[in-house]
Amino acid sequence: MNMLRRLYFIAVALFLAAPLIVVAGVSVNEKQDLTFPPRGFSLAWYAQIFTDPEWRAALFHSLILAVCSAALAVLIALPLAWFLWRRIAPWANIFQVLGLAPFILPPVITALGFLSFWATLGVFGQFFTAIVSHAIFFVTLPLVTLSLGFASIDRSLVEAAATMGADDRTVARTVVLPLILPYLISGYAFAFVLSLNEYIIAYMTIGFTTETLPIKIFNALRYGYTPTMASVSVFFVAVAALVFGSIARFGDIRRLLGAMASEDN
Amino acid sequence: MRREPPKTAADYAPLAFPALMLIVFFVVPFSIMIAVSFFKRDPAGFYKPAFVFDNYARFLSAFFGEVLGFSLMLAVTVAACCIVIAFPFTYLLTRRPRRVQTLWLVGLLSVLSLSEVIIGFAWSTLLSRTAGITNLLVAIGLMDQPVALLPTFGAVLTGMVYQALPYTILVLYPALVRLDPTLTEAARTLGASPVRAFFNVTVPALRNTIVATLIMVFVFALGSYLLPQILGRPRHWTLSVLITDQAIYQSNMPFAAAMAVFLVLISLSLVGLTLLVGRRENAA
Amino acid sequence: MSGLSINAITKRFGDFAAVDDVTLAVPHGSFVCLLGPSGCGKTTLLRMIAGLEEPSAGAIVLDGEDITTLPTHKRSLGMVFQSLALFPHLTVGDNIAYALRIRGAPKQDQRKRVEELLSMIHLSGFADRPVTKLSGGQRQRVAIARALALSPKLFLLDEPLSALDAKLREAMQVELRQLQQRLGITTIVVTHDQREAMTMADLVVVMGKGKILQAAPPIEIYRKPADAFVADFIGITNLLPVETDGAGRSSVLGAAVPELACPSGTTKATISIRPEDVRLTTPGRGTLDGTVTFVRDLGGTIETFVEAGGMTITAVATPRERPDVQVGQTVGVLLPAENCVVVKS
Repeated sequence: MNMLRRLYFIAVALFLAAPLIVVAGVSVNEKQDLTFPPRGFSLAWYAQIFTDPEWRAALFHSLILAVCSAALAVLIALPLAWFLWRRIAPWANIFQVLGLAPFILPPVITALGFLSFWATLGVFGQFFTAIVSHAIFFVTLPLVTLSLGFASIDRSLVEAAATMGADDRTVARTVVLPLILPYLISGYAFAFVLSLNEYIIAYMTIGFTTETLPIKIFNALRYGYTPTMASVSVFFVAVAALVFGSIARFGDIRRLLGAMASEDN
Repeated sequence: MRREPPKTAADYAPLAFPALMLIVFFVVPFSIMIAVSFFKRDPAGFYKPAFVFDNYARFLSAFFGEVLGFSLMLAVTVAACCIVIAFPFTYLLTRRPRRVQTLWLVGLLSVLSLSEVIIGFAWSTLLSRTAGITNLLVAIGLMDQPVALLPTFGAVLTGMVYQALPYTILVLYPALVRLDPTLTEAARTLGASPVRAFFNVTVPALRNTIVATLIMVFVFALGSYLLPQILGRPRHWTLSVLITDQAIYQSNMPFAAAMAVFLVLISLSLVGLTLLVGRRENAA
Repeated sequence: MSGLSINAITKRFGDFAAVDDVTLAVPHGSFVCLLGPSGCGKTTLLRMIAGLEEPSAGAIVLDGEDITTLPTHKRSLGMVFQSLALFPHLTVGDNIAYALRIRGAPKQDQRKRVEELLSMIHLSGFADRPVTKLSGGQRQRVAIARALALSPKLFLLDEPLSALDAKLREAMQVELRQLQQRLGITTIVVTHDQREAMTMADLVVVMGKGKILQAAPPIEIYRKPADAFVADFIGITNLLPVETDGAGRSSVLGAAVPELACPSGTTKATISIRPEDVRLTTPGRGTLDGTVTFVRDLGGTIETFVEAGGMTITAVATPRERPDVQVGQTVGVLLPAENCVVVKS
């Protein structure tokens, strides 16, 4: 039984890792060939991400987009999650549904919605439209982590603060905010990583004027192969693993993904 | 803290910004898209306002029926494959020590967050003639020379299962991690083998969860738009690809919008079904 | 008037009255226990005093000032919650200093007060520890110190000791009472543990179904329970039916108890008699005879269950006081009239 389980885990791990291993392999090819196992060893294709002006510009656009849209997503999610936690207002749940919907529907639909919206407004192709679009698309993530975070606050903590003379504002600053911070950071991190990787919405909003990394990879893919795609892919996996690894290190990732707190004790 | 209904304007204030953003940038775009689906195509720009059902009428063609049928079939196959692989895996994972679980979750999240572009590129490399796994088979003498395994239906399916598998596991994880372990333990004390206990107790206990997950993965798979293009032939293209194609390359926004509205209706009815299943599970 | 007075307070949740027209005066410096089974409204009453629930009707007056609608943070009170509600993100010292810190007290004043309070709860030197690293008893004390940091007018505790094990709980009851007497602070504790109430309180308020059933000093509650519910809830008791004939002669389970006087006009009532007041004697010499059905020998005390007149009567005695009886033996049960309390049933 143990043997079987181990084999099963290894098989799943191999399935998930295999394409990434091959990509990592081809990314260190010395020549511009798509060969595996790699011939020779070179990190030149990694340097290219930062030295080649086109790739560097794409990286730069992606980073700006992810940093800003994740921040905007958190700014939308935080007051909403706080309100739903603080007040009894069943009708306000409609906004929670609106916050969750873009993420559950097939992304191409949301993308098309944004395309028609920005086109109608006449600002189609401007960079800020991608930031707003991504923020709306990924608002689900901070909304979910923050709702979880608020739900995890023992309400008697807030009451205790009130009995000691703290008004609503003081409670928010001295009790709620410190307790919610890990959830806020992980919500931002989730939105950041997914925005970095997102293709279709970025493509349908600013794809004709600006290249983000995923757009750049796809465009490069259509015109043949360059090992920089591979090195960028590895770079992305590394960023994601780093971010999620940090969340796991400094927070409780199992809890964020739905494991109950009670069984952790 | 008394949790009470908002009374003054100040109580409502925190809601203002989120509500404004979600309405202006989600509800309005969505409504515009629905409106556009009734508009006429304008070869010079995006579209011309009108109120016609032409775009919906085009669904009735054999071509469209074929694409729709293929999209649904593909999504169902992906969802089924994912559940079959993910359910026993997630079950076993939730019985592992916390450190092991955390490690796996980090890995799964990293793969899940990967851009479809990167997944497509990675699999196209893995299945390619020059750098693919067939080279490995040649090296150990099982094959004479490396071959390309794409574009094929198998490649599309593999890529999409790869994309949806972490999602499936993470959707199943909360339900399985909360499953009362004494349930299977009770079955074990009554003489069931671990495998028997799994199929006789765990699977039936979570039947509704499995159905709900199946639907969610199905909707997720419906959304795949790049993998069929990178790993398959044009006849493997799905509704999502077609929508993108019509909107961007054929400049036919109204038709793309009509297809999108149609896809929303399919997804929404399925999500509604999921909620219904979930509600019955809670009531039981 | 000095102290707390609760005037005709009612709290409704929908159609359900959690607290139903309660009036109570708590003199300054006294220790009051709100006692009752779960759902009797005692916690709701405490939360209304704290301002955490809004009364549906009635008024709460503290030292002559009506505080019924005053928000919690403006009332001068300290409260210990059932979950203790220690801030997990703060150290022991920062938890205790919280009330001073949010008022902008100078750092050295905060530190001085924390030192004082820590030494009061015998935890000097714990200021920099995280609260998550404390034992149950230590967390309990920190919660108490934190509530007392500003020397509040009113000290409220909601089932404060329920998370502790039995031994520690008994020790903390004594400690809490001694602390309260030293500080002379008006204190209200909610509990469902009658032993806890008897140990600590000047005034025990027994509640049931949202109403006050009896408010009296602990020993009076024990000796003169107002009704069968109170008698049964406080300690162990025997509730036995009593009948009175036209001439005023009372009989319990058919046996005459000559000196027992029932209120005039009643023919049927219930008496409460504590197990330690029931005496066992030789057959024929008691009020009535019965058969021993079970003997629980706890070492320090012996409980004897006697079936008599269709009911089981419990008698408790120390081993020295009680004659040696066996299960199945017939004994005489003596019910001294002076120990029988007629209660409303």
